[in-house]
Amino acid sequence: MDLTRRGFIKLSGATLATSSLGALGFGGCGEAVAAAVRPFKLTHAKETRNTCTYCSVACGILIYTLGDGAKNARSDIIHIEGDPDHPVNRGTLCPKGSALLDIVHAPTRLQVPKYRKPGGTEFEEVSWDWALDRIARLMKDDRDKNFIAKDAKGTTVNRWISTGMLAASASSSETSYLTWKVARSFGMLVFDNQARV
Amino acid sequence: MSNLQSQDYIRISATTTTPPSARNWEDQVSKLIDVTRCIGCKACQAACMEWNNLRDEVGEFHGTYDNPLDLDPHTWTVMKFTEHENPKGDLEWLIRKDGCMHCEDPGCLKACPAPGAIVQYANGIVDFISENCIGCGYCVKGCPFDIPRISEVDHKSYKCTLCSDRVAVGLEPACVKACPTGAIMFGSKKDMTDWAGERIVDLKSRGFENAGLYDPPGVQGTHVMYVLHHADTPGIYAGLPENPKISSTVEFWKGLIKPVALAGIAAAAVSGFLHWIIAGPNEVQPEDEEEAKHVLQANGFPEAEGRDHRTEHQA
Repeated sequence: MDLTRRGFIKLSGATLATSSLGALGFGGCGEAVAAAVRPFKLTHAKETRNTCTYCSVACGILIYTLGDGAKNARSDIIHIEGDPDHPVNRGTLCPKGSALLDIVHAPTRLQVPKYRKPGGTEFEEVSWDWALDRIARLMKDDRDKNFIAKDAKGTTVNRWISTGMLAASASSSETSYLTWKVARSFGMLVFDNQARV
Repeated sequence: MSNLQSQDYIRISATTTTPPSARNWEDQVSKLIDVTRCIGCKACQAACMEWNNLRDEVGEFHGTYDNPLDLDPHTWTVMKFTEHENPKGDLEWLIRKDGCMHCEDPGCLKACPAPGAIVQYANGIVDFISENCIGCGYCVKGCPFDIPRISEVDHKSYKCTLCSDRVAVGLEPACVKACPTGAIMFGSKKDMTDWAGERIVDLKSRGFENAGLYDPPGVQGTHVMYVLHHADTPGIYAGLPENPKISSTVEFWKGLIKPVALAGIAAAAVSGFLHWIIAGPNEVQPEDEEEAKHVLQANGFPEAEGRDHRTEHQA
């Protein structure tokens, strides 16, 4: 670049003058005024009611998913917050509930039944059919072997106390009722679920 | 309450344009943090990160409940735990949710040299508009509460937005919604002040005679207020400033010197232009050349003769 000392000083002066124009209010202030807040991210997200899976308090949650359910759109959960209409929590959540989004998307989340053989060291993926068949088989065998129909005095008790059941917290009254009926009809006594709470 | 469009600005950083005042009747909002009801569960922290799509690095354990230890570009609110021994010798566990106070007179905005990087809406929320931020860090110096943090990744400044995107569509901020004990409330500034008043009466009746509202007048009040059991000594709540004020350096340079300097620049430009009109440019006359030659020869530079001095320094 062919630049004389005089030319350099002229250019510097012009640059300074131009940049000072901004400070004096001639610059990009119009653009500054046009800036706006971050757009609201849930405007057309689908809202689904559910129950927090964490504990037996069973707070109501609102799950927001990407997309409107169209055939070609794949839904994905983008945000979870408390359900203000739910009588338990009225919109609030605890820190674990507030962070549910990362539980949903956790890479370590269990999504398929897994089985570790007796004496095995690794869990392996199994099908639901296989898992349910096996659970049913083992329950039936154990119940046949350990079912107590009558106690020492000869009173009918129909107890099955060698197997227990622990059911999840996130269940509706109807689910809890059914869980209760199923477990009790086995004669099962070692039993806890949301219906107790 | 507010839709936070550009017409809602009342203050814009480093800008002499008068902000639009289309909405001049607008309720001021406020978040009220009732320290006396906080159980330190950090639901607000989790909800803030979830809503704002922020995920901090998993840090290290420092032997306190504070996690993370301080605010950073990914943590816009953080619980600060203090074990305080009161004069009776009892232990009090003071838990304060730290974060932007949304000052009515924001020091960050006053210090900011980037046009439109920091704005204040008519409802009182002070927001950082990241695309205008130049990452100079003046807002950090300007803040009386030491809140803004500069990201090492994109070199821009970040802090709590009071969920301006949620408030704009009529929702409460994410932390407020999550709080399971109702220690964080949100509403108009008047309603929050009234509600705080009721809480303070209740606290006083239960033996906290110094209970009070923290709404410091040094920054013309804040849009995030605290109910404190010991409002006479806010410093015990992890260093909450007693009388926060914008630093006098910021007030001096940005309040006093800046307009004077701008006037000086404008005066220099105007007088330069006038001089050019009236007196014209200063040009080299033939007699100046003659005199220059004499001076050079007198100083023993005879070879200078005949050369144009203007070409000597060509690159």
